[in-house]
Amino acid sequence: MNLFEVTGVSQDYGWGQVLNDISFHLAEGENFGIIGPNGSGKSTLIRVISGLLSPSQGEVRFRGKPVHTYRKKELARQIAVLEQEGTALLPFSVKDVVAMGRYPWLKLFSDINSEDERIIAEVLKTLGLWEVRAKPVNTLSGGQRQLVSLARAMAQQPSALILDEPTTYLDIGHQVLVMQHVRRWYMEQGITVIMVLHDLNLAGQYCDQLLLLEQGQIRAWGKAAEVLDEGTITSVYRTGLIKVNHPVLGVPQFLLASV
Amino acid sequence: MVWKVSLKPYTLIYSSKMTTDKKRTKHLIWTGGLLSLLLLSILASMSIGSVHLPIGLSLRILLNYLPFMPQAGTPVQNAIVWDLRLPRIFLAIVVGAMLSASGVAFQGILRNPLADPYILGVSVGAALGAATSILFFQNTSFLGQLSLPLFSFAGGVISLVLVLVLSEYHGRRERESLILAGVVLQSFVGAFLSFLIAIAGHQMQEIVFWMMGSLANRSWSDVAILIPYFVLGISYLLLQYHDLNVIALGERAATHLGMEVEKKKIWTLVVGTLLTAAAVSVVGIIGFVGLIVPHLMRLLVGPDHRILLPLSTVVGAIFLLWSDTIARTIIPSQELPIGVITAFVGAPFFAYLLKKGLRRGKRESF
Repeated sequence: MNLFEVTGVSQDYGWGQVLNDISFHLAEGENFGIIGPNGSGKSTLIRVISGLLSPSQGEVRFRGKPVHTYRKKELARQIAVLEQEGTALLPFSVKDVVAMGRYPWLKLFSDINSEDERIIAEVLKTLGLWEVRAKPVNTLSGGQRQLVSLARAMAQQPSALILDEPTTYLDIGHQVLVMQHVRRWYMEQGITVIMVLHDLNLAGQYCDQLLLLEQGQIRAWGKAAEVLDEGTITSVYRTGLIKVNHPVLGVPQFLLASV
Repeated sequence: MVWKVSLKPYTLIYSSKMTTDKKRTKHLIWTGGLLSLLLLSILASMSIGSVHLPIGLSLRILLNYLPFMPQAGTPVQNAIVWDLRLPRIFLAIVVGAMLSASGVAFQGILRNPLADPYILGVSVGAALGAATSILFFQNTSFLGQLSLPLFSFAGGVISLVLVLVLSEYHGRRERESLILAGVVLQSFVGAFLSFLIAIAGHQMQEIVFWMMGSLANRSWSDVAILIPYFVLGISYLLLQYHDLNVIALGERAATHLGMEVEKKKIWTLVVGTLLTAAAVSVVGIIGFVGLIVPHLMRLLVGPDHRILLPLSTVVGAIFLLWSDTIARTIIPSQELPIGVITAFVGAPFFAYLLKKGLRRGKRESF
C-alpha cells in the first residue's frame, strides 16, 4: 500500500493558483525529493501533504486515510515535519528542545518518563549533541540549530520525515552533515523521507525519487537520474546548465554553463 | 521502533537521570526559598503600618485561633491584624498571583515578550465593564453578585479581541504592532471611562477607584470572591506547561508536533483574561505586574514553563504584597494608589525591555 497518495490537489490562496492538479504517490521507505524554482509551490505542497493545509481541491491520503481525518497528535506520532521556522526564540536548552519531540507521545497530565529520557539521550548521542545538551539553543550556530531540530524530529520517532529545505543557510560542512544524518536514519530505520531541496546536486546525490515542480504543476516525476535531465532542468530553471556525472559516485551533477 | 546506537546504554541512562535530578533539586530549592520569602513577607507586612506591631506579637495574634493557644494582644491589636491587615495581605497575594500568572500565559501563548494584560488593554476593558455594571446594572437582581465579574470579563474579552484583530496583518503580528494596538485601545476605552465618570455623579468615586487601583478598605469577602477564579484559573494554566513550551518553537512547528494551536490559544487567552478581569473587578487596574515578574523569573530560572509559571505566581504574590505595603505606609496617614507603585517600577522596566528588544532585533530571544 502507498504511504502517501496525493490525488488532484490544487491550492488557491486567492491571489492565484499555487498548485494545479498535483497527483503522485510514494511507498513506505522511499527517499523522495521535491525540486523546482522559487515560487513553484514546493512549500505549499509539503504543507498540504503534512496536513497543515487542506487543499482547495483534491485529497491527500496517508496510509489509506485522508490526512485531515487524523487527530493531530496521532499524525504527529507518524509524521515529523521540519519547516524553516521552528527554532525556539526562548533560551531553552538543547535537551529541552529535543524533549519537545516527545510531545505527541505524552499522555494527558503526564510528564516525560524514563523511557522518553532514554530516547532523548540516544538521539542526542547519535547527532553528536550530547556535549552541548545543557546549552541554550539560541547560543548555537545555525548548523548546530538545524541538528537540534533534526534531533527533535528523531525524538518524535515518526515513520515519515518531511523536511523543507533543510540545508538552506548552512555551510557546506553542515549541509553534508545534516544530509548524512537523514540518510543514516533512512537507511537504518527504513523511514520514509520527503524533502524539498534547492540544491540540485544534493538532490542528485541524496534522493532516489524526485518530483520536479514548475508553476504549481508536475513537470517530471520518477527516478532521480531521469528527472535530472539537462534539457528539462535548463528549461525549468531558465538558465544554462551542463549536466556531468559525478566522477566517483556516478550521480548526475550540474554546472553553470557560462558566467 | 528501536533506535540502534553503539553506546553503553547504562552510562547513558544514568547520566541522563542525573541531569533530571539536578533540575528537580534546583526547582525544589527555588520553590522552597520563595515560599519562605512569601511567609516572611506576610509576617513583615502584618507588623508594618501606622500602628507598629512587633513581628513576635503579630505571629502570636495569628495563632490565636488555634485551640489551646494563650490569647495574645489587645482586642484592638487583634482587630488590626485580623480585620485590617490580613484580608488586605491575602488580597494582595491572590491578585498578585493572578496578574502574574496571566502575564506568563499571555507572553507564552502569543510568543510576544511584551504581551501583558495591562499593556494590551485587557485591564482597562475589564474596568470599563465593571464601571458599566456599577452604573447601570447594580440593582439588576437576576445576575446578583455575578454581574460585576461577568461585565468585567466581557469588557476584558472584547478589548483583547479588538487588540488582536487590530494588530494582525495577513496572519502575522509584529510585537510592536501589538503594543500600538494596546495603546490605541487604552486611549479609547480610557476616554469612555472618563465620560462615564463625568456623567456618574455620586458614583464617581467608585469609578475613579477602578482607574487607579487600590487594595484599601477591603475585607475577607473580597478575598473570598476571588478564590474560585484564583484556584481554577491558575490550576488550568499550571497544567499547560508542555503547550506553552512547545508553542515557543512557532505555531506551525507546534502544529506539526500535534498541538491544537488555535484551541489552546483561545483557551489560554480566555483563562488569562478571566484571571485579570476577576482581579480588576475587585481591586481595579494595577499595571505591569504581569510584565515585570515573568521577565525577572525568566532571567533567574529560564524559560521552562514547568517551573516558570508556578514561581512567577509566587513572586507575583510577593511583589504585590510589598507594593501594597509600601503604598499604605510610605506617606504617613495617607494611602497611595497601588498602581502608582507598580507603574513606578514597571514603566522603566518596560522601556528597558523595549530597548533591549530593538537592539537585539525582533527575532532574538525574549
